Amino acid sequence: MAATTESLVDFDEALEKYDPVLGFEVHVELNTKTKMFSDAPNVFGDEPNTNVTPVCLGLPGVLPVVNKTAVEYSILIGLALNCKIAETCGFARKNYFYPDTPKNFQTSQYEDPIAYDGYLDVELEDGEVFRVEIERAHMEEDAGKLTHMGGSTGRIQGADFSLVDYNRAGVPLVEIVTKPIVGAGKRAPELAKAYVAAVREIVKNLGVSDAKMERGNVRCDANVSLMPKGADKFGTRSETKNVNSLRAVEHAVRFEIERHAGVLEAGQKVVQETRHWHEDTRTTTAGRPKSDADDYRYFPEPDLVPVVTTAEWIEELRARLPEPPAERRKRLKAEWGYSDAEFRDVVNAGLLDAIGETIAAGASAAVARKWWMGEISRLAKNADTDPEGLGVTPATIVELNGLIEAKKINDKIARQVLEFVLAGEGTPAEIVQKRGLAVVNDDSALGAAIEDAMATMPDVVAKIKDGKLQAIGALIGPVMKATRGQADAGRVRELVLEKLGIEG
Amino acid sequence: MSAISREDVAHLARLAHIEMSDAELDKMTGELGVIVDAIASVSEAAGADVPATSHPIPLANVFREDVVGETLTVEQVLQNAPDSEDSRFKVPAILDEE
Repeated sequence: MAATTESLVDFDEALEKYDPVLGFEVHVELNTKTKMFSDAPNVFGDEPNTNVTPVCLGLPGVLPVVNKTAVEYSILIGLALNCKIAETCGFARKNYFYPDTPKNFQTSQYEDPIAYDGYLDVELEDGEVFRVEIERAHMEEDAGKLTHMGGSTGRIQGADFSLVDYNRAGVPLVEIVTKPIVGAGKRAPELAKAYVAAVREIVKNLGVSDAKMERGNVRCDANVSLMPKGADKFGTRSETKNVNSLRAVEHAVRFEIERHAGVLEAGQKVVQETRHWHEDTRTTTAGRPKSDADDYRYFPEPDLVPVVTTAEWIEELRARLPEPPAERRKRLKAEWGYSDAEFRDVVNAGLLDAIGETIAAGASAAVARKWWMGEISRLAKNADTDPEGLGVTPATIVELNGLIEAKKINDKIARQVLEFVLAGEGTPAEIVQKRGLAVVNDDSALGAAIEDAMATMPDVVAKIKDGKLQAIGALIGPVMKATRGQADAGRVRELVLEKLGIEG
Repeated sequence: MSAISREDVAHLARLAHIEMSDAELDKMTGELGVIVDAIASVSEAAGADVPATSHPIPLANVFREDVVGETLTVEQVLQNAPDSEDSRFKVPAILDEE
């Protein structure tokens, strides 16, 4: 693909002249046990073509049968997006020729999606709420996975042939389509990221999707167009396909705004086309222009009968809806008593669940935050993983904190113990026992170490006697060294004051 | 007078990746025209109060529980493949989507 030769207009300048209009199509892979129309397993990462039935291959004579759980998950998504649920809806064939579907059509929904006319209130990072209107959410099936071989890049350009794995073919998808989003202005890229994050959070919270963007469980196509400020007629849009990380969504929308402005400022027309996103250069390049191939000749799927929903069924599903994520955050912030900044950091670190579980296991909110945001996050960063990926259990944190509170170990030792826990050496208590890490509580041993330290630093002792109590700090270091870090700093302080006959 | 033109048929053939000769296009335009006309007269008979239907039997909600069944072996999956490699179907690189 040739590099883009269009000149960009600086983002701020573009926004002075134009209003961006956005639109998103987000595909969510459901985590049902089986596929949408076949009882093949829906599992990520298995050996190629091992989760395949004749239905997945579209062999002659096969008949699809709708997965009831997938329909219920789709209704749950619709309800969580404040949509109306169709009383009756059907499936349609979307016809196209590409080897990712062996049937030469994708079974989807066309005129009658299962959910429509909803909205999602999206919270931006500074707390401003932006309402995104949802046009529809419809049921369909995923395609197989193509790997382009040969060439140098693994991309289709220059590839000699492609290998196809149909494990993913037929996995249930819900496609969520927004209405045109007007009025985001400068915050359009931010809103794009926040919207996709909010959808991901909702489907994860519902438990209907694993919601891992890196695995393609949530995928986003981003539509961008510009219209002159004050105009009400939308410009020509581009559709950037498969922008599959939150950061990429933000960058792609920003880039497209700058690119469209460049085209318009040069007096040219924006071409209605798909665009490919390139993470490495943070740019898009032209894909396919709108053409004949976009005539998908939709027609009703004759092998499937309509889905009819009843009020009872919908209410039964509505009763299963968990607390919406935004409300949950509000409640937890109040319950845990964190400051705005503390809470925002926890949310941004994705540690609400971990901290909640740790508190449920018996830790205080402050202790849970200290461990997850502190040592565990630090270890995770070193190990290049998520804090939750380290495998620290709430019970471990509660036990470690109990040992600290019982003055059996200090904070520093506790951090070491955590590393030993992660290395598989046992529970914190076992490790403290086995490795002899318990704090030196024996006052005579500690006393001797303190007296040694005082003897080597008479000037420090003199200061303390003069009432400069902060000078005690100078003694703590040598005492810690003498006790291999196992002394309790508070106890050292008490003993020093005791020996000098000073009231603490 | 049929509502379907020769150009319509040529367009549909292209979309469906079916190669058709001039003679075939002429023939098919006539045949499809008859079908389109027949459906038009059915539409006249059915009033606006009759909803469109895509299935002859008034059934709804034919569902399957979400329980895993039997799958094909990789050998079975690939037995009709013109070509395969690494347990996957091998197809020509087609320039379309990435």
